[in-house]
Parts: sequence; C-alpha cells; structure tokens
Amino acid sequence: MIRVQEEDFDAGKEIRALTRGKKRIGGVASFIGLVRESTNNETISSLTLEHYPGMTEKILEQIEKDARERWSLHEVLVIHRIGRMEPGEQIVLVVTTSAHREAALKSCQFLIDKLKTGAPFWKQEDTPKGSHWVTERPDDINASERWDTETKAECARFNHGSGDLTKAS
Amino acid sequence: MRILYFGWVRSKIGTGTQDIEVPNAAKNVRDLINHLSSLDNTYEQVFRDLTVIRVAVNQEMADMETLIEDAKEIALFPPMTGG
Repeated sequence: MIRVQEEDFDAGKEIRALTRGKKRIGGVASFIGLVRESTNNETISSLTLEHYPGMTEKILEQIEKDARERWSLHEVLVIHRIGRMEPGEQIVLVVTTSAHREAALKSCQFLIDKLKTGAPFWKQEDTPKGSHWVTERPDDINASERWDTETKAECARFNHGSGDLTKAS
Repeated sequence: MRILYFGWVRSKIGTGTQDIEVPNAAKNVRDLINHLSSLDNTYEQVFRDLTVIRVAVNQEMADMETLIEDAKEIALFPPMTGG
C-alpha cells in the first residue's frame, strides 16, 4: 500500500493496523526517515518536498511490486510525506511484513534504497544562508544499484517458502 | 503538448507547467529540448548540460532518444532526491 500525504504519521498505529488479524506474519521490519538538523555542516531550518503527482504513486507501486517479486511478503506499507517539514519531523515510513525476519528486513532496505533515487521527489533545504535544492548523493545511487546486481535467485533463498501470500489491497 | 518541470528546473524556468506547440520535426525528447532552447535564453541555460536532466514521458521514465509522437505529458527534472 502506497500513501503520499502532507500529514504526519504514527508508525505504531500504522503497524498495528497493517498486521491486525494477519496471523501468518512472523516478522515486521520498518524504516522511518527524519529531517536532520544539518547537512555538510550547514544548519537546516526546514525542508520542502516536491513530487510529481500521479507518477510518484505509479513508481512507488512498481517498487513495491519489484520487492514482492524478490521476497515472499505479506503486507507492505510506504508513506511518503510532501510539503514543508522541520528538523526532527518524520519524512518517510516503510513497513514490510513476512513469515520470517530475513525477507522483511531485506525488502524494507530494498524499498527505501530504491525510492530515494527512483521515485520523483525533490528536496529543497532552507538554511540561514538561503535555500537550495538537494543534489543526488553517490552513496544513494550505489545503494540502489547494488540491488540490481543481487539476483532474484539470491533473494529467493531468504523466503523459506512462506506459503500462499496475502496481497496488500 | 504539456510540459512539466520539477525541482531546480522548475525554479529556474519559473513555472511548473507549460502547454507548448511542438514542431513536427521534433521527433524525440532531445529535439523537444533543442526547440525549447531555441525559444529563450533561460531554457538554453537550464538544458545546457543534459547529464543532469532526467525525463519522463507520459509519467514513465524515458531518455533523450524517446519518441514523443504519442506523448501527452513530458516532464523534465533533476535527479530525484526522495526518502
């Protein structure tokens, strides 16, 4: 499930709602991205996230589909915020669930790595010296491309045959 | 044809959406960008280095050689920085 929204989220509430009554789930992995107070020794007063409505949702759905092809997953949730945020605020939530921990943990990292450079979001940082657009980080590109060299067969060995899957609605 | 801009491309061009008449001779994204650059100095500056420009045609990632004949919506933007 993909959600792009301005509002903040409550990870505990989201995870409880996602897993309620789903007794085949044995592991839940989550990642929360926050706005940092500084980058490259520069103070950040706020961050504004822009996106491409329509395409953003399509790309995130495709990344979720790619994750489901690599691992046996039950529920998947990605919430990405847009608009203006201050340091300490939550930007993004990724939750993956599976029968076992490996698939949940690995796919959670896959989703955040892929969406950072593959989904149409752009960050603008406001600093005391003015505002500027954030540029792509080589580390982020490497983190995303690393998954492309890891074959689907290698991923499959983490699945442990978790039986028939409940697709997220 | 509807052209969308995001990130610093939008900031520099000064608008996020434009409806533009594209000449028949413009077959792919590169031709479209060359056309834009011929219209105004601002476009020429924004699109001088195409290695920092990403493109989507009809909301799917594309490249400079992608044909635009059936395009309803073309977006030009910098590398993405989400998460």
